[in-house]
Amino acid sequence: MEKILQVKDLELSFNTFGGEVKAIRGVNFDLYKGETLAIVGESGSGKSVTTKSIMRLLPESSAEFKNGEILFGGRDLTKLSDKEMQKIRGKDISMIFQDPMTSLNPTMPIGRQITEPLLKHQKISKSEARKVAIDLLRLVGMPKPELRMKQYPHQFSGGQRQRIVIAISLACNPQVLIADEPTTALDVTIQAQILELMKDLQKKIDTSIIFITHDLGVVANVADRVAVMYGGKIVEIGTVDEIFYNPQHPYTWGLLSSMPSLDTEDAKLYAIPGTPPDLLDPPKGDAFALRSEYAMKIDMEMDPPFFKISDTHMAATWLLHPDAPQVEPPLSVIERMKKFPGSRYYEGSAN
Amino acid sequence: MARYIGKRIIYMVITLALIATFTFFLMKILPGSPIASADKLSPEQRAVVEARYGLDDPLPVQYFNYMFGLVQGDLGISINQFKGADVTDVILSRMGPSAQIGFQGMLLGTVLGILLGMIAALRQNTWVDYSSTIVAIIGISIPSFVFASMLQYFLGLKLGWFPVALWKDGFMSSVLPSIALAMFPLATAARFIRTEMIEVLSSDYITLAKAKGASGSEIAFKHAFRNALIPLITVLGPMAVGILTGSLVVEQIFAIPGIGEQFVKSIMVSDFSIIMGTTIFFSVFLILVILIVDIMYGIIDPRIRLSGGKS
Repeated sequence: MEKILQVKDLELSFNTFGGEVKAIRGVNFDLYKGETLAIVGESGSGKSVTTKSIMRLLPESSAEFKNGEILFGGRDLTKLSDKEMQKIRGKDISMIFQDPMTSLNPTMPIGRQITEPLLKHQKISKSEARKVAIDLLRLVGMPKPELRMKQYPHQFSGGQRQRIVIAISLACNPQVLIADEPTTALDVTIQAQILELMKDLQKKIDTSIIFITHDLGVVANVADRVAVMYGGKIVEIGTVDEIFYNPQHPYTWGLLSSMPSLDTEDAKLYAIPGTPPDLLDPPKGDAFALRSEYAMKIDMEMDPPFFKISDTHMAATWLLHPDAPQVEPPLSVIERMKKFPGSRYYEGSAN
Repeated sequence: MARYIGKRIIYMVITLALIATFTFFLMKILPGSPIASADKLSPEQRAVVEARYGLDDPLPVQYFNYMFGLVQGDLGISINQFKGADVTDVILSRMGPSAQIGFQGMLLGTVLGILLGMIAALRQNTWVDYSSTIVAIIGISIPSFVFASMLQYFLGLKLGWFPVALWKDGFMSSVLPSIALAMFPLATAARFIRTEMIEVLSSDYITLAKAKGASGSEIAFKHAFRNALIPLITVLGPMAVGILTGSLVVEQIFAIPGIGEQFVKSIMVSDFSIIMGTTIFFSVFLILVILIVDIMYGIIDPRIRLSGGKS
């Protein structure tokens, strides 16, 4: 498969009054053409920062690339000038934000907000851009698009606004679409509609999507592959099935166990103990060790490398080292693994 | 919209009636008499003069006479400052210079203030930003008469670029008083625009505009500027008041034959009808400014729809 975007050894820090916050500490991933890669993790794990750094939308005054590269179309995005970056933003890579209530300009008619990237990146006249914008609105399921072009954001509901933001992001048929928790601020029924819409549109224009979320239910619904982030690093990456049914990293176990399900017998919800690491002073060794009941001595001393589980599946935990003792994952995870061919708990096909 | 403005005009009339009433009775409480050298007149002479201006009537009668005249647009006649002249004529004849320096001052102040505030916000925490803050602090904390005197001394007397005072050289005479009046709106606008621009620039829709590929100047002018203007409109009213009160002092210092200068003198000589007339004139002006401000809100910010308008 063709690689559209490659993130290699990316390290990024914020210079703050308190010191250097190491927000991204060596992130590697590839994005393939036409796929949806979900990045999951709790708040502060670095998932938004990673994607904003791809778009170079972080404040230049405080955010600083320390190492690594972001390869897109043969160019390293970390080294481009502002002018060159402006030509890529909105045209080749575009972005959808979390809160549709605040991501549209309140004093500009939505028609102008949709035609803006078209007029900016494509050589078309205003009337042509208007036609394209109306088509885009129709594409994202907005009724009476001609009439609505002149209206302002406050005249739309939250779900409609997110549709408009999606229309803006798709205006120039981008190769990469970054969706930063696009459904978090919406209520559940609207969430489902927006997810369906994104899946539909992805097929139509064949774009690759990086989907950031902390909602594993959404991940299962949209993603082809999943990267789990913790403490500024990816700790496990694999296909959806691999992450959901054959997870290897204790943090992924924790995430999956804390997901409520209908057949959870006791009504108690599981929560991962402790708090995320302080990235002003990241811990030595495995950042998750202090919260993990599976931590070993080496976790406190050395950062685990990636161990390969399959061609598509990797996890950074010492538990996968040949010398490591066999541990039992939580019960709910074992239940999941029973359904995955190739896992050590596999019970055969259920026929 | 028409209905809304109609409603507002009714409120304006009520406000004006209240202002006229308060001013009238406040004037009556004040010591002093509009009849010049009242002490030297014999009681008989005094009675004759008072009778001529209706000052011997009981207070309620005087009040109703005045309000009755006011409704017909009659502001009465000047008692001593412009002996016998019609107050309306006095105000109208003095409006020109006041309106000119007021308008020029307001325009210069807001335009420069907006520019200064924008530059400060876009170059946040650089020397440009700090100097703009200093200008704003100076503009707000130093009263306009100090500026007026400094301008007279340096630009007028030392450099000789502009006339020091008086209203003889047309536009050139209006330059220094306009600058003196501009300082307050300039400082206010600069402060407001800076704060608001910084806030707007960190909002989500600006990030989205960036993500669309908009350049720095497009973001500042197409997206941020209009949104940053909204709170400035709120202070346009107080700024107009600043210009008004500023003009009382500035006109005096530059010896400009405007309304402010005449108002100050009328208070000194207790010319009752001139004081009343000018107060009402100023009130009308301010109430109109407030109405215009409210209408401008609706134009700049589509979220604010005036009741009665299209939804």
